[in-house]
Amino acid sequence: MTVASPADFEPQGLQPQGWLKYFSFSLDHKVIGLQYLVTGFIFYFIGGALAGVIRMELTSPISDFVSRETYNEVLTLHGTVMIFLWIVPVVNGAFGNYLIPFYVGARDMAFPRLNAVAFWLIPPAGILLIASYFIAGGAAQSGWTAYPPLSLTTPAIGQVIWILSVLLLGGSSIFGGINFIATILKLRRPGLKLMQLPMYCWAMLGTSILVVLSTPVLAGTLILLSFDIIAHTGFFNPALGGNVVVYQHLFWFYSHPAVYIMVLPAFGLVSEILPVHARKPLFGYTTMVYSIMAIVVLGLIVWAHHMFTSGTPPWMRLFFTIATSFIAVPTGIKFFNWLATLWGGKLALNSAMLFSCGFIINFVFGGITGVALAQVPFDIHVHDTYFVVGHFHYIVYGGTVFVIFASVYHWYPKFTGRLLNEDLGRLHFVLTFIGFNLCFTPQHWLGLNGMPRRVAEYDPSFTTLNQISSVGALLMAISTLPFLINVIWSAFAGQIAGDNPWNALTPEWLTASPPPVENWKGEAPLVTHPYDYGVPEGKIDLRVASGSDLWFGGKR
Amino acid sequence: MAIPSALVTLLLGMGLVLAGLWVGQNVQLLPLDASSNAPVYDSLFQVLFSIGTILFLGIVGLVVFSLVRFRRRPGDLADGAAIEGNLPLEIVWTAIPAIVVLFVGIYSYDIYERMGGMVALNDHSAMHHPAAVQQASNGSAGMADASPGGSGEPRVWAGIGSSDSSEGSLPVEVTAMQFAFIFHYPDGDITSGELHVPVNRPVELRMKANDVIHAFWVPQFRLKQDVIPGQPTVLSFTATRAGSYPIVCAELCGPYHGGMRSTVVVHEEEAFNQWFETNAPAKPKPATLASAGLTPTA
Amino acid sequence: MTSFAPGSPNPAQAPVTSASAPTVSPSIGADLHGGHDHGEHVDVRMFGLATFLVADGMTFAGFFAAYLTFRAVNPLPAGSTYELELILPTINTALLVISSLTFHRAGSNLRKGNQAGCRSWLLGTVALGVAFLAGQMVEYFNLPFGLTDNLFASTFYALTGFHGLHVTLGVICILIVWWQARQGGRISQDDHFGLEAAELYWHFVDGIWVVLYGILYLL
Repeated sequence: MTVASPADFEPQGLQPQGWLKYFSFSLDHKVIGLQYLVTGFIFYFIGGALAGVIRMELTSPISDFVSRETYNEVLTLHGTVMIFLWIVPVVNGAFGNYLIPFYVGARDMAFPRLNAVAFWLIPPAGILLIASYFIAGGAAQSGWTAYPPLSLTTPAIGQVIWILSVLLLGGSSIFGGINFIATILKLRRPGLKLMQLPMYCWAMLGTSILVVLSTPVLAGTLILLSFDIIAHTGFFNPALGGNVVVYQHLFWFYSHPAVYIMVLPAFGLVSEILPVHARKPLFGYTTMVYSIMAIVVLGLIVWAHHMFTSGTPPWMRLFFTIATSFIAVPTGIKFFNWLATLWGGKLALNSAMLFSCGFIINFVFGGITGVALAQVPFDIHVHDTYFVVGHFHYIVYGGTVFVIFASVYHWYPKFTGRLLNEDLGRLHFVLTFIGFNLCFTPQHWLGLNGMPRRVAEYDPSFTTLNQISSVGALLMAISTLPFLINVIWSAFAGQIAGDNPWNALTPEWLTASPPPVENWKGEAPLVTHPYDYGVPEGKIDLRVASGSDLWFGGKR
Repeated sequence: MAIPSALVTLLLGMGLVLAGLWVGQNVQLLPLDASSNAPVYDSLFQVLFSIGTILFLGIVGLVVFSLVRFRRRPGDLADGAAIEGNLPLEIVWTAIPAIVVLFVGIYSYDIYERMGGMVALNDHSAMHHPAAVQQASNGSAGMADASPGGSGEPRVWAGIGSSDSSEGSLPVEVTAMQFAFIFHYPDGDITSGELHVPVNRPVELRMKANDVIHAFWVPQFRLKQDVIPGQPTVLSFTATRAGSYPIVCAELCGPYHGGMRSTVVVHEEEAFNQWFETNAPAKPKPATLASAGLTPTA
Repeated sequence: MTSFAPGSPNPAQAPVTSASAPTVSPSIGADLHGGHDHGEHVDVRMFGLATFLVADGMTFAGFFAAYLTFRAVNPLPAGSTYELELILPTINTALLVISSLTFHRAGSNLRKGNQAGCRSWLLGTVALGVAFLAGQMVEYFNLPFGLTDNLFASTFYALTGFHGLHVTLGVICILIVWWQARQGGRISQDDHFGLEAAELYWHFVDGIWVVLYGILYLL
């Protein structure tokens, strides 16, 4: 294992300077963070183009746009790229690497070299995966779940490359997770207590625990699957005495926590953004921390709710129903706390705030359908239908991707020293919000009424709603244009931001923008109250206070 | 000043609950209900839909209200109130979701039981019987002729469904393969590409898959069950409404997965008997046997 | 629920200046450059290694869970058996357990400053590890089943093979540590991270074997 100690930090003289450093094996956590971010966005556009192919195919009820095999390759690549190359690397790798060392008061991550290795596993894995589309036999066709026996019968080369790619990305994820745990627990500056850390640290700690505990299981499972493909063993091949349900259990033991690996960091990022733009302290810090840990624990014991129709025994269905339902409690606490953070604040209606509120609305919708899906009888009907597709896009797109955009608007001044254009930002938000809801709301109805997922052809009576959904997808594609223009134009000509344009209190703002190589010119600041915004209650101007302000104030 | 605010909150809450109940009752999102499962399922859906609507409208209302009411006015550079938490409030919004979730869980358990989910269909202690499982995993033999003299039955996985299948039920063997469902009626030795069932009589589907995982789904029955190679599975249902409904494969099974569809035709009793006799092979004896077994029992 | 009371209330207009009031105290970051604070880094590296071993252990846990489920749910075809020859694996288990002890002796020798003793105990550990691998090979060649014969055979080879890979890697690591100790450069009485890391890893691999032996051979 390549453990590089911070002591081995190479002198900066050996590192490329200027723009070249973003293409180098840089050990600077900020460079690595931006490498993750930009790489992630490149894969986002690739995955988005794949989604475009899917939505294009589904504008008509017959399979007429691409061949059926290609369609299955496209949906497999879309899922894999979006999960493993876009969301996981960006919410964990990009923002985690950029922010965590600031938040704990360190000059870099615990293992900078391991960090760089973790990043540089991603481009080859991604290129490998995309390239498999162009080889003979094509890419994997069995969906991102790669359920055997289907994955044993589809063209082998594509499937093996898929496994290899996911293994590399899993390794990257594990290395990242180890690094985050060590940094948060061991590299805090003296005097900084755990319960004084910004919420994103807690989210990343919880996420990294999930990564370290569950990703290796997926890796082991995929190794067994590759044996089945290459060496013709029978682990998951019923024709050879194997058991396919075991694969499903092992797969979901990772892939359900993977949902929390994708949303917990988003929860953390929102907890950073809302207080700054609402000018209020984060409501209920302690319960927020406990909620994250509760989600981590519960997230590890709910995986079989993906298998309610797989012939699981009744007691298992019952257990996983109850465990899954109870995740709603800590998640609900977090949402109520965010609402209370907004309540009585001075909300700046900028792009970061709008995207964060869009996240709350979308995620609540996805959460409600999630609690419904946890109920076995409900799930039996809609399992593997477009209802599920709608549900998880509300979680990962309406939830996490909205937060990624909010975070880009919030931290772009830190990355570049310039502000993004707010008018383009709001346009981006409006287009994304409308496009997203137009695309995914109808899918719930489609699922309830009989459209299964992963199909290239469907009952003609579903045509209109599918076309509406495709229009929404087109709108989402268009919505990235103002964003792209904004990000590129602002990098050169945006308004100069100054070091701390938001008057924020978290440590990353208490240095220059963009920050110097080792984060602070002098000592790292000790920030024990990262959300210490607001007017103390005694000073509330009674003329502008509402009854509810008094209600909150009086109870404390 | 505090009292009107509380009153408004109360009224808003009541309005919200009424709106949720109304939506749950009156917005119809589900297809026709055509099995004894479906009305049970639909009542669960209504409850979940009502609760979901209340929560969603409430939270969206709060967000939108906050964005409007608490927006920063031009020139206002002040901060909000420095409120960092409120223990009673947090207890309230921990307890309320917990109670709601507990209620939903218990209610759906009840629904689940009414749909026959908790019935252990087969004695699972037989699952270690090597010959039987071997046979099952070979996928060569059907389940009806399983282990005539063996010491146990093969392990059978039970799907959820009203399994009042003890007597008078119509057995149908379902074979799922890429990319079709084949239905075989052991009583009449009929093989069909469509599923024909009589109304108001339990049907027992004995399902197996030949190649990869498929899923048997009839949206109008609110029933779905994966058909997994190596796992013979039983699914029971009772159709309650005559008509033709789609059978959909709901598990990605290959390039033609989207085309793997069939039809279930629910006949009135006489029409079904007629269909059965026209389609049974010409041998007289099985036909009479079959029609004898088809006398209405319920 | 005031987890952090507003101890330093801000003037609303200028929260930054007030919130920081950064108490100047030595930061960990300073260690990254000049001062080579030995203890701090060793600590983090061992912590990182331990976290990695947790992850690695989860891979094995997944394999074990799969194996136990297969065994409970999927009976073997007629003529196959779970019975294995026990003598050689038991000797092998003993070899690995002893090798953990010899490694421990190597470590305590180093800490006492006995470089030569440390190196011989390391070599002894390597010898035991190699003997284990050889025993494993002998067992492989004498088994009545091949990789694809049945589910148990496949799982057996996957589990022992994956573990054997770990042992091989461990032997290589020990040899590197031994080489570094011989050069006197990187492994010494004051700097024994390499040795401790290899030792922790070796104990982990041994522990996994004991579990594996229990469920694969004895169960």
